[in-house]
Amino acid sequence: MSTPTIAADVAGRRTPALGGFNLTLLKIEIRRLTRNRRTVVIAIVIPVVFFLVFGLGQTYDTQRVGHGNVAAFVMISLALYGAVLATTFGGALVSIERAQGWSRQLRLTPLSPVAYIVIKVLTALVLGAVSVAGVYIAGAVTGKASMSVGLWIGTGFSVWIGSLLFAAFGLFLGYLLPAENVMQLLGLILGLLSFAGGLFIPISQFSHEVQDVLKWTPLYGLNQLVHTPLLGNGVDWTWIVNVLAWLIIFSWGAVWRFRKDTARV
Amino acid sequence: MTQTSTSGVTPSTGAAPLAVELTGVHKHFGTVHAVDGVDLQLASGEIVAILGPNGAGKTSTIDIILGLSQANAGQVKVFGMEPRQAISRGLVSAVMQTGGLLRDLTVAETVEYTASLFARSQDLGTVLRTAGISTIADRRVGKCSGGEQQRLRFALALLSNPDLLILDEPTTGMDVEGRRGFWATIRKDAEQGRTVLFATHYLEEADAYADRVILLRHGKVVADGTSAEIRAMAAGRTVRATLPGASEALLAQVPGAETVEVRGESVFVHSSDSDATARYLLTQTAAKDLEIIARGIEDAFLALTGDNAESGAATSGATR
Repeated sequence: MSTPTIAADVAGRRTPALGGFNLTLLKIEIRRLTRNRRTVVIAIVIPVVFFLVFGLGQTYDTQRVGHGNVAAFVMISLALYGAVLATTFGGALVSIERAQGWSRQLRLTPLSPVAYIVIKVLTALVLGAVSVAGVYIAGAVTGKASMSVGLWIGTGFSVWIGSLLFAAFGLFLGYLLPAENVMQLLGLILGLLSFAGGLFIPISQFSHEVQDVLKWTPLYGLNQLVHTPLLGNGVDWTWIVNVLAWLIIFSWGAVWRFRKDTARV
Repeated sequence: MTQTSTSGVTPSTGAAPLAVELTGVHKHFGTVHAVDGVDLQLASGEIVAILGPNGAGKTSTIDIILGLSQANAGQVKVFGMEPRQAISRGLVSAVMQTGGLLRDLTVAETVEYTASLFARSQDLGTVLRTAGISTIADRRVGKCSGGEQQRLRFALALLSNPDLLILDEPTTGMDVEGRRGFWATIRKDAEQGRTVLFATHYLEEADAYADRVILLRHGKVVADGTSAEIRAMAAGRTVRATLPGASEALLAQVPGAETVEVRGESVFVHSSDSDATARYLLTQTAAKDLEIIARGIEDAFLALTGDNAESGAATSGATR
């Protein structure tokens, strides 16, 4: 090549570490999330209210179940419901960012697409943690839920980590659906999946044929797994298959839509 | 700057490094050729305008330079590298026309967010002042006016102190004063070696602020030069006179005439030799009130990009 193509100051330029991932981004993203009042109300207030209204005040609250009581069982279910709402919404916020052209603006910066997804997932997990903590605090303050300290921590942590599955779900649908009404639609879908997965009522209420179908819905396996430490009843391999299968489907969907999006933007 | 040149690069004398080099670039969407074989070389420190009617391929070309879309064929180099590499080093930034901002962040947060993405960025306060938005730093983006949002986009583009700044219709929505101030800032930066490439609909903006104007038509470069050169390419003047009863067929025989037009009693002869045309009209016909009008860059623009223009040649007159 006869023409020099590198200027002196071009050589001095560097790319950022970690594809642009940094804590300032996380700080601002979390602050942004708290400004979205509807998201905060739906993901944090509603699960707590559900727990207080439907979970407590039943005659069988203090009945023993496994290593704890019924109130603890219900608390875990509603914490899972809250965490799943929170992480799904956190992931689905990409649809709003796409609609506002922010994703395109970010393509003009060094931020790598992978670092962007990591930020979205971490932000969703922070909201999920707050949601779990909200329901658990309600359980502790009312004094109804009873299990060992180890189980409080163990089940809370399992619920939180398990909700990662729905961060992938949120990203997938956030890329798939238009920004308008995506949140309402997701709220509806998650409500149905929670019923199907046995978070609100045990699926043993349904006929055997219906149960066979419900056992393959995305929240069933996760719901069973997070209750296992409390019930002490051992793990059924189909629950693990359920969670892994849906994790693969949601992640594949998110990656597929994400690739399409970056090719087009 | 204190960086020394790396090995293999000739010291400052002679050839300046190319900020942008497009070679035979094609981009098609289905059967539409948005970019149809564009070659383009931008040297460091140039201010270059891309002009062209809607659908000429301006935005597609810019998207390719920025790596926002992939060329179907041809080579794209920005400072000798792939566009994405240049962007991740903070060498290139751009101000796009619309969107691109989060409404629920404040102005200052948006700047802080973007600054954190670069390996090295300029002082935030300085950038806010340069862009003229330090007084609205705490305002939510959604509450800012269109002009304020545009200045915020400009601030974001300055953060990495880029060597190449690309602007798509940069002054849309600005008032005359804002526009003038904006260009004064751009010129000052360009004097320090920053390359600026902008697309615009304002012909006078290209005329006044660009060192070089590139005219695009149907995805092809139809002219490339200083605005004076562009004007000269569509050379010739228009001779207007009052001549009742003139026919276009007869006027076409007038010496120098390229295209003719009759509007009521007025005749317009677009001429390559206005002296000969005027002499003929005044001595051989009943023409009176004769005027000779020089073409502006607007006429050149229309002549070169109009749909009845022969590619690259200045033949047709102002149409309509």
